[in-house]
Amino acid sequence: MNALDFTFCGQTLSALPSGALWWQGEQVLVVSDLHFGKAERMARRGGPILPPYEIQETLDRLLTDCETTRAASVICLGDSFDDLTAARATANMVAERLAPAMAGRSWVWIEGNHDPGPVDIGGDHRNEVTIGPLTFRHIAEEPGTAGEVSGHYHPKARIRTRGRTLTRPCFLLDELRLILPAYGTYTGGLHSHHPDLSKLMDQDARAILLAHPPVCIPMPRHAESG
Amino acid sequence: MDTLAPPSLPPQIEDWFTARGWSIHPHQRDMLALSDQPCQLLIAPTGGGKTMAGFLPTLAELADGTHKGLHTLYISPLKALAADIKRNLIGPVEEMGLDIRVEDRTGDTPSSRKKRQRADPPHILLTTPESLALLTSYEDADRTFAGLQRVIVDEIHALAESKRGDQLMLALSRLSALRPTLRRVGLSATVEDPQAVARILAKNPDPCAILQADPGPDPDIQMLRVDAPPPWSGGGGRYAMRAVLEQVKAHKTTLIFHNTRAQAEIFFHHLWLANEDQIPIGIHHGALAREQRERVEQAMVNGDLKAIVCTGSLDLGIDWGDVDLVIQVGAPKNVKRLVQRIGRANHRYNAPSKALIVPANRFEVIECIAALQAVRDHTLDGDTDHTGPLDVLCQHILIRACAGPFTADELYAEVRTTGAYAELPRATFERCLDFAATGGYALRAYDQWQRLIEYDGTYRLRDPRATQRIRMNIGTIVDAEKMAVRLQKTRGGRPLGEVEEYFASTLRKGDTFLIGGEIVRYEGMREMTVEVTRTPYQKPKIATFMGTKFATSTQLSDRILAMFRQDDWPELPPHTRDWLRLQRDVSGLPERDRLLVETFPHDGREHLAAYGFAGRNAQQTLGLLLTQRMEEQGLNPMGFVSTDYATLIWGLDTVADVAPLFSRENLMATMESWLADNAVMKRTFKGSAIIAGLVDRSMPGGKRKTGRQATFSTDILYDTLRKYDPDHVMLEITRNEAMRGLVDFGRIEEMLDRIDDRIDHKQLTRVTPLAAPLFLEPGRVPIQGLANERLLEDEASRLMQTAGLSLD
Repeated sequence: MNALDFTFCGQTLSALPSGALWWQGEQVLVVSDLHFGKAERMARRGGPILPPYEIQETLDRLLTDCETTRAASVICLGDSFDDLTAARATANMVAERLAPAMAGRSWVWIEGNHDPGPVDIGGDHRNEVTIGPLTFRHIAEEPGTAGEVSGHYHPKARIRTRGRTLTRPCFLLDELRLILPAYGTYTGGLHSHHPDLSKLMDQDARAILLAHPPVCIPMPRHAESG
Repeated sequence: MDTLAPPSLPPQIEDWFTARGWSIHPHQRDMLALSDQPCQLLIAPTGGGKTMAGFLPTLAELADGTHKGLHTLYISPLKALAADIKRNLIGPVEEMGLDIRVEDRTGDTPSSRKKRQRADPPHILLTTPESLALLTSYEDADRTFAGLQRVIVDEIHALAESKRGDQLMLALSRLSALRPTLRRVGLSATVEDPQAVARILAKNPDPCAILQADPGPDPDIQMLRVDAPPPWSGGGGRYAMRAVLEQVKAHKTTLIFHNTRAQAEIFFHHLWLANEDQIPIGIHHGALAREQRERVEQAMVNGDLKAIVCTGSLDLGIDWGDVDLVIQVGAPKNVKRLVQRIGRANHRYNAPSKALIVPANRFEVIECIAALQAVRDHTLDGDTDHTGPLDVLCQHILIRACAGPFTADELYAEVRTTGAYAELPRATFERCLDFAATGGYALRAYDQWQRLIEYDGTYRLRDPRATQRIRMNIGTIVDAEKMAVRLQKTRGGRPLGEVEEYFASTLRKGDTFLIGGEIVRYEGMREMTVEVTRTPYQKPKIATFMGTKFATSTQLSDRILAMFRQDDWPELPPHTRDWLRLQRDVSGLPERDRLLVETFPHDGREHLAAYGFAGRNAQQTLGLLLTQRMEEQGLNPMGFVSTDYATLIWGLDTVADVAPLFSRENLMATMESWLADNAVMKRTFKGSAIIAGLVDRSMPGGKRKTGRQATFSTDILYDTLRKYDPDHVMLEITRNEAMRGLVDFGRIEEMLDRIDDRIDHKQLTRVTPLAAPLFLEPGRVPIQGLANERLLEDEASRLMQTAGLSLD
């Protein structure tokens, strides 16, 4: 599956190249910040017109991950829809495509800041959910609590090597926290060296960059380093 | 040429020549003697009285004053040339006391006069291909052209291989249908293959008489001797600045030609900085504002300028007065262009023209010497077989429909009288007709492309109001979208010129760039105008005007390869000679019937250099195909760069066996999968879609006059057609265009033919002399493939180790 395994709060987890988190022990697949309908929202607000294939693309990856992991449960860590209007506009199409994958699986939609209300799409709608030592919510809380898995920041990190600079979405990870990269297609990102993220993560934090397979590095904390 | 019986000229004309003590040139007499032929092609050097030779028969036939209506149509590729000829023709006509009306008709002619010209045309009408196409689109075309006897196409060598020429010849096929006795005359500068031009000019299958005037003495062309050696790469020619200034001082008027606008700008800027004596020097290129160009042209005519830095916009036969020196900076990519440029220099018949070439870098020294040999040997670049492009045909069908109903049989027969379309299969014609009528299968549902209706074999416009839109889109020149550049002032500042919209979109406030020889600072955008201020003392961020990048011609490449086979090169300057010797010692020199491929490590990466000599576009395509193949084979390519003669690829792994990379089968297979989804194809599609009438031309100032229908993006259309109608005629057109244009796969095939699997793979330990300049080439294309994953992996484990971290 081309994944990178790591240990977090005593649990063995896998970072998938797609940006999903796989928890083999509990058979849980976690994705964050799908942002369905982003193209539609940007067009609606007079922004650039992007080809409307992003939903398709994101769904394809999600369905593939469900299939290859044979997950028993799926948790979407919030901001699944770009806003509530987009949610209403695209829910039918998303529901239709997801229906086969949702059947026979427990499916949890965590609410995010972009989609702070229930969407008519089936599954459970929750603020947060706890399984064993891990708690899943949209935005990391301060001060940190052990075993928190969140999204929201769309973290990315940069590596400079042999004359080439490579920037990739990434997982951020320290003793207490795990932050997931955005799974959606047209999602920008926040550099790991941004103060918001540097402040949040402790000194020994690591970044797992999406690649085939994902790679782990000490979390870059300065714009010029790493 | 045998001397023909001297024709008798009307006394007014004979007297005019006698009064001036002039005698008629032999080729002018020959033109008169053969003036009843259906088609004549005159090949004569500039200054040989070519235009007079073309018009003499007309003047003779009109001398008795009995002809009613239009007699002769004169077509030139440039408006300015039409105006020039009008002046030069009206003088003699008046002096001869002939009652002949001469008028011009171009995009600049007021519409009231244009309307009058249709109802009451002059005896001689001077116009351009586009204006003629427009004239034939009117329902009263039959009346306008009622008396037409002769059509003269000037500078036909410049039109012969272009879409403007194709459009012109299709328009002539229409005129020949209206006036079956119409006689055609072509006037051409020296060309390699007059037969090819004649085939394009003549109404198929009419014969064409070819007349060759005395070509005059050979031009005096040399390489400019400069003390400093040229740089290893680059195209500016700055190292020769002082030597160029010395030449300008030593001559009366000098034209300094550059291959691209950007280079002309940079050179002009530095010329000014070095110009301590304040010699008056101007700049002229197509991206400058019209006002500014006209000022330079006027100053030139007045003899106020010692030199003009210019590009191809000065190429066509405008009389620039007393030019006694032409300097070509940068290697001439094809020899024919060089000779024609030099022809501009000297308008005195029978005196040799003088020119100097300034190679811009070390490799161009070789190119220049090869080009000079070609000129001395009179081997100009040959013309390739020219088949008429289908997008122009689609436009012609729409233009024909504007003029009135037609049948498919009639139009097909008419089109096939055009040389370039003589072999057009009926099925292909039908597809173009179907496209013009309905938009083709995938677009049938859209109202805007339902333009023609067929009833009982006769096609007519579905909505007569469509004529306006079709007429507005006439023409085959598709420019990149341009934006005007003005100095920022309270009341509309002075226009400086134009930059491409793409370039403008990359500018940020405070960026500086060169235009019109000045460095300006970008301030902002206002209503589709780029506003700038002057900043005299900063280094500019250079304007990439995307001036056309020509590929080196096949003939010139062959000459260079032939030169490499010499034992030594006494004709080359010592620095270049030593360079070639060293290359031969450490690796080898490329040969015409073999492919030299070098592999060597450098700076922590593996490199592969392939010396295909296929021209810039083909080498670029080769780079894309090879890297894609290498990616598939897990060789982790990271990027490549191409020049006219080589492609350099770098990556993480060395290629042990290069032969399979260059197998025709592999290249073709990669080509197929790569081509469809490529930005080059979309760009090509856009050009053809505009010409064929699938989308409208955008109007100056960014206003789309035809309303919301025009907002269909060509990219989306391209994707739609590919998905739902992969055999659509527009896709076929795009493919053909790309293959011989930007993709230039034809020249890759040519290369494969001549090397015929004979590949010399040199595995070396360091950079070779011939490869070294490639490292300095601009335009490197990065490949974002699996090499990235491996780089990430390597760097990650290094970082984790350094930090003493682990995953557990």
